[in-house]
Amino acid sequence: MLTRAYQHSLRGSHLPAGQPLLEVDNISLRFGGVKALRDISLTVTEGDVHAIIGPNGAGKSSLLNCISGLYHPQEGEIRLHTVPGSRGGHRQDADRTTGEVRTHTLTSLAPYKIARLGVARSFQNIELFSAMTVLENLMLGRHIHMRKGVLSSMLWLGPARRQEIEHRQLVEEVIDLLQLQAVRNKHVGALAYGVQKRVELGRALCLQPALLLLDEPMAGMNAEEKEDMARYILDVHELAQVSVVLIEHDMNVVMDISDRVTVLDFGAKIADGTPDEVKADPAVIEAYLGAEEEDQAVREAVAHMEQQVAQETAKEGDRG
Amino acid sequence: MAATATGIHHRSYTSELRLRATRAEYFRLGLMTVLLLVLPFVLDNYWLSIANTILIAVIGAVGLNILVGYTGQISLGQGGFMAVGAYSSAILSDRIGLPTPLAILLAVLLTAAVGVFFGLPGLRLKGLYLAIATLASQVIIEFLVRRDIGDFLTEGLGYINVDRLAFLGFEIGGRDVFEQQWYWILLVLAVLTVISARNIFRTGLGRSFMAVRDQDIAAEAIGVNLTRAKLTAFAVSSGFVGLAGSLTAHYSEVVSWEKFTLDVSILYLAMIIVGGLGSIAGAVYGAVFMTLLPELIRRLANALESTMPFLGDQLPAVRNATFGAVIIAFLIFEPRGLDRIWQRMKDYVRFWPFRY
Repeated sequence: MLTRAYQHSLRGSHLPAGQPLLEVDNISLRFGGVKALRDISLTVTEGDVHAIIGPNGAGKSSLLNCISGLYHPQEGEIRLHTVPGSRGGHRQDADRTTGEVRTHTLTSLAPYKIARLGVARSFQNIELFSAMTVLENLMLGRHIHMRKGVLSSMLWLGPARRQEIEHRQLVEEVIDLLQLQAVRNKHVGALAYGVQKRVELGRALCLQPALLLLDEPMAGMNAEEKEDMARYILDVHELAQVSVVLIEHDMNVVMDISDRVTVLDFGAKIADGTPDEVKADPAVIEAYLGAEEEDQAVREAVAHMEQQVAQETAKEGDRG
Repeated sequence: MAATATGIHHRSYTSELRLRATRAEYFRLGLMTVLLLVLPFVLDNYWLSIANTILIAVIGAVGLNILVGYTGQISLGQGGFMAVGAYSSAILSDRIGLPTPLAILLAVLLTAAVGVFFGLPGLRLKGLYLAIATLASQVIIEFLVRRDIGDFLTEGLGYINVDRLAFLGFEIGGRDVFEQQWYWILLVLAVLTVISARNIFRTGLGRSFMAVRDQDIAAEAIGVNLTRAKLTAFAVSSGFVGLAGSLTAHYSEVVSWEKFTLDVSILYLAMIIVGGLGSIAGAVYGAVFMTLLPELIRRLANALESTMPFLGDQLPAVRNATFGAVIIAFLIFEPRGLDRIWQRMKDYVRFWPFRY
């Protein structure tokens, strides 16, 4: 539960915990002849940290791009369940819902419409607005909740300014949560890599997401930075109760912080379950460590080659 | 990096959101206001006409910078959009007989609509390709107003004579007060333009424009509707440009196609490059600088007539060469323009005697 006096809930979903939030139903994605994803199905449960792992090129980022609408899969369907609640974002309002679950098909929606449904994401290669300050980047995270009339913006006094201040309050809470106070007014282009990753997480959080998609939030970090980032993600998950889909390479981190793990390899799903189940799955071990039969075959081939070389030297020795 | 003044502690978001915080900033603002108010009483009519040209250029350059500098959509169609504003407001006020302020307002809206139409390629094209597409808008509009098919625009004259500006019982006076009265009108409009453009970029609308410029995929992923953001930017920008165009028409009292050629588009691009892309103040500095430059060159040529007579003989060529040299010099030495130079000067003073 919350320890600090945050006034806004960062959680955009009003589904009860344990219900399916996102259903990926048999999607396939092709780029010409390349099958990036083959018949992938998975269900993200409200309240979970759901990790997607797999070797390079397994299709993890493609899957995330399908969910957030940057790619449109040729087959299958992605569904998001939401409970419409008040959009105010105040904590008291967060629990007041109409109760009925609405299902949205994301498969052919434009990315900005998916964002408006509450799906926020970060990118593998940081995609921040580098010419702007941290504050402006985070305020952009509030974009879907803001009115953007041309005339009222030009006038500034009145509704436009009131709106800026209103949203600034939530942004400041995100700044607090992610400890970005010191860099608030710095241009993001000038910040260290780890901080930029945190700003990106913050920008996604400012959306008040129903579902947070994080594409390798710890890529290229050292052990200490990874631990920090893992703690921030856990904070977000536990304090703000946001459901998270996480792509990560570091198995230790994944096994530590996720409730559920899906493993992809060559565009296909090879395992799905709790971290312990996945760790014991032979298919996963094969994808990550290589199969034992393969090792055996290699050993035989090497022995065979050695034998041949020995025979040839023996023949040459006979002639000489 | 710009200097951050220390010792400024905001106690409310309202005070932080103000454009000016330090006493020095308010002092400079006051100085500027006094200067602008005193100017028409000090300058003669010739210099006032230059000041008026500058004020119109300020409106146009601010408009262009909204599109090019802030939203990252390169436009070579400035001249064409100004032509739309000028022709429509001249026709609406003089031939149809609408009150001039209403005609100007309608011209602004019409130019915004035309801007949106020619902004449609911007939904698919970026960078150089968009530049070529907007060049097409320039060429098309220039062709239409120049050929004037069916003599609809100029009724066969080739130009439109515009009546002296009059509204609400007020009419611009004769030769001796003409420039001065226009100065006040243009000053008010230019100041309003600058303030409203500045306001746009401290709200969500302006941030969404900049998001499109910086990282369009990320912008879409946080919920910015790219189509809407780009077309709004085209509309807002063209609106200001149309205002500049229609003011040109009423101020110079004649509308002809020569005033809205590709040269004009390039001159305005030069203004915002020299002034500073993505800065409202930069657009103002650029407009002032690029409008004064030909005058300064002319004066210099006159002064050096005895020693270097070829300067005066070849004035147009010298002027063009200087224009080119200035743009290249800025691109090489200070791509962020006069605005950045001014920032650095302020920083230098603030940190003195330290360097940073």
